Amino acid sequence: MSLRPPVSASDHHLGPLDAPLQLVEYGDYECPYCGALFPEIAAIRQAFGDNLCFVFRHFPLSEAHPHAERAAEMAEAAASEGKFWQMHEVLFQNQDALDDESLVAYGEQLGLSQAAIRSAFDGSREQHVRHDFTGGVRSGVNGTPSLFINGTRYDGAQDAQSIADALAAAG
Amino acid sequence: MADTAANVLLQPGTKAPDFSLHSTPDQLVKLSDLRGRPVILAFYPADWSPVCSDQMVLYNEMLSEFSAYGAELMGISVDGVWCHEAFAKANKIHFPLLSDFEPKGAVARTYHSYRATEGVAERSLYVIDGEGVIRWSYLSPVGINPGADGILDALDALGVKGGAA
Repeated sequence: MSLRPPVSASDHHLGPLDAPLQLVEYGDYECPYCGALFPEIAAIRQAFGDNLCFVFRHFPLSEAHPHAERAAEMAEAAASEGKFWQMHEVLFQNQDALDDESLVAYGEQLGLSQAAIRSAFDGSREQHVRHDFTGGVRSGVNGTPSLFINGTRYDGAQDAQSIADALAAAG
Repeated sequence: MADTAANVLLQPGTKAPDFSLHSTPDQLVKLSDLRGRPVILAFYPADWSPVCSDQMVLYNEMLSEFSAYGAELMGISVDGVWCHEAFAKANKIHFPLLSDFEPKGAVARTYHSYRATEGVAERSLYVIDGEGVIRWSYLSPVGINPGADGILDALDALGVKGGAA
């Protein structure tokens, strides 16, 4: 099980792209397990600093989570104005309010242009989300969240300590 | 027949054992009726495991990837038809879940995919070609959802069109 395609500059990433450790999450903004992982990732990033590049790719389970696809598209809309990670945080902190009206409100709170906000609803962000999803399927994503450490799927426990141990072993 | 923890799956080149199983209380699916297109059989232990990591829920999201190959996907467990129906309804599952219920696990056994100790199916995958011959099989650790990458690679190897989704 390895990551296809590999991490590139077109991915949403935190930390240097050439960091020795890469942690990729395939996630869904409406998935409670992804929500639970959010603070764990923050702790891991803090512990590893610039030795770690964290990447988020979309894997909305749209049949199970009716708002997940639209939320992912809103994150991409925010990305078009350089605010992907701000929106990412807002979405994970408001997992119980991801209806269209709430998504618009989050866009406005972050100061996105009306054009960017509209782009989350007119299908123009679909392709990016679909591209992430298809790559995830090909990489062996088996649920959300799915994590890859240096390109290999991580099947262990999803708490900060367990993930950090696996990262340390990979490094 | 191997039906212990050390199941060895039927290997590529083997004729897929035929079967008829209920997909709903009044519908039977017969494997040999599906000749002409690839069939994906996904044996799994049970309905109702946690949703975000559930193998069937995941495959449900990937149906467009499978259908790009003209492939038919079917889940098989020892759950009864009414259980499957409730599970499929709750999760909006859009592909058949077959009930290997009576005699319990009979089809899973013919595919070397029955865990006698627990009385459930293995988490095993088969890709069968249009002529009814097994072309790929994979036994996953029972607690680990295998994802779909192996299935798609096997469909690619069949040379049927698709994969451009």
